[in-house]
Amino acid sequence: MDVRVSGVRKEFDRFPALHDVSLDINSGELIALLGPSGSGKTTLLRLIAGLETPTDGKVFFGDEDASLKSVQERNVGFVFQHYALFRHMTVIDNVGFGLKVRPSNTRPSTDEIRRRSSELLDFVQLSGLEKRYPAQLSGGQRQRVALARAMAIEPRILLLDEPFGALDAKVRKELRRWLREIHDKTKHTTVFVTHDQDEALELADRVVVMSQGRIEQIGTPDEVYDKPNSPFVYSFIGESSTLGVRVENGELWLADRPIGLKSELPNGDASLYFRPHDVEIVDGSQACIAGTVVASRRVGATRRVELDLRGSADRVEIGITADHPATEMSGIAFRPKHWRVFPKN
Amino acid sequence: MISNFAKAGWRFKRPSVIPGFGLTLGFTLAYLALIVLIPLAGLVWRSASLGFTGFWNVAVDPRTVNALKISFGTSFVAALVNVFFGVIVAWVLVRYRFPGRRIVDAIVDLPFALPTAVAGIALTSLYARNGWIGHLLEPLGIKVAFTPIGITIALIFVGLPFVVRTVQPVMEEIRKEVEEAAATLGANRFQTITQVLLPGLQPAILTGFALAFARAVGEYGSVIFIAGNLPYVSEIAPLLIVIRLEEFDYAGATAIATIMLLISFFMLFVINLIQAWSRRRYGYGT
Repeated sequence: MDVRVSGVRKEFDRFPALHDVSLDINSGELIALLGPSGSGKTTLLRLIAGLETPTDGKVFFGDEDASLKSVQERNVGFVFQHYALFRHMTVIDNVGFGLKVRPSNTRPSTDEIRRRSSELLDFVQLSGLEKRYPAQLSGGQRQRVALARAMAIEPRILLLDEPFGALDAKVRKELRRWLREIHDKTKHTTVFVTHDQDEALELADRVVVMSQGRIEQIGTPDEVYDKPNSPFVYSFIGESSTLGVRVENGELWLADRPIGLKSELPNGDASLYFRPHDVEIVDGSQACIAGTVVASRRVGATRRVELDLRGSADRVEIGITADHPATEMSGIAFRPKHWRVFPKN
Repeated sequence: MISNFAKAGWRFKRPSVIPGFGLTLGFTLAYLALIVLIPLAGLVWRSASLGFTGFWNVAVDPRTVNALKISFGTSFVAALVNVFFGVIVAWVLVRYRFPGRRIVDAIVDLPFALPTAVAGIALTSLYARNGWIGHLLEPLGIKVAFTPIGITIALIFVGLPFVVRTVQPVMEEIRKEVEEAAATLGANRFQTITQVLLPGLQPAILTGFALAFARAVGEYGSVIFIAGNLPYVSEIAPLLIVIRLEEFDYAGATAIATIMLLISFFMLFVINLIQAWSRRRYGYGT
């Protein structure tokens, strides 16, 4: 089921949570809404589900205007961060709930509900726990029950709100891989919210990066990582170093020397963004960024050094090989291999 | 070492990081004995002076049987009514924000604070044949004052806060997400309330019921004004006890009291068992 969010705005008590957001989701896609807290990602998810109504704008499921329909009629599977299981029902009753509350003309028979529920429990690898109550399950198991419950109603779209947020790191990684497998098998159109960029990049077909109620960038994990289109995306996804520079006639300057990078920006102050590990070390005679090492630490296979730059108040971090001879107080010069420059706001 | 552990088995006192188990348990038992157990034992002891036949004669005396039936019957009905309306009152107080909410919240506690005799007099004057409400019901052939219906109304009055105050905090803890989950699964409002919210409140509702019921069984002050106190018709067991006392029939009074005690204890015990079972099942307090 294609989902189209068109020009949606949402205010809570005059406080804007989303400004004019539009988003096209293709059938069968796995989409991540990624952003810091307060970026409006959960609000967007809840708007798609119908748990919130937009102040302005529309949500379409296929060609049908879902904004006119209630949550109950939209037939979406929603998984909550804190599971929201019904604690007085057994696992199998939780899963079957969505079928049991259907109006009598579309409700399957009791046996059929039971059969389909236990099939789903098999599918999420929880067979044998049918008679347990949610309180008797671990966090990871509860979230699997919640997912089975959401899938039981044969939803047109599956929405997950920080599904792994309440779990510990190990279970989280397991469930992440497992969710990807489930998606590949079922091909449900799926949208999940996360503030964990690793989760978004590893799991999603496309990532929607959000900040302050706006969509900053939509793209594949490669696109948002390799070609961030704004300072926010550059610094939010992956590691980045920033440096205040100046554009003069198509060249970037740091204080009194050019650094050997070109730009098409008009003359004036600008910010240079690059990945600390994506630099080449050069000798100081060419156009480059030169500085003095003030701190050095070992990070995995590489070494990270912090540089005090000649002619700039900024300090930047770069990655060098572990066997590089640079120590504290020694000079080092480098040039970013991939970088972007944004005009100073 | 190993054999030591094997031998240890169950011990009354386990090593604990919270000190003072012996001291506090000792204090608790002494206090309970002094305030509750010794007086109740005295009661049973006193009634034993009747001998078994004497006790049996009091127990099967039609007046006693009727008084007990009226007491427990009206208390049961009153507690049921309180469960129904108490849950609605708690719901309104928890779910909605409206002007005057705090005042309504405070009014719920009034039956706790008011001398119940005052409530009895007020209710009687309302429901008597010439009272505000009584004169409206009179043409319909409904008599409230001086009948078991009147007793029930008085007991509803005294029991209401028990249900509201036990259900309210548990209701406040229900996560909105649970309702939202039910809605996304297609449940309408009615299904969400009856199949998701109320079953989750069941232990709290049971507690409220038990408290309101126990309070109603022991109620005296408000009932005697509105009951009319006709033997066999609207005479409650606590009143019969007082009548026996006024006749200096102490043994007879304590015999009725002992019967009440046994019935109440049995009912509360059963309710507690149901509660413990449902709490464990739904994982409350874990």
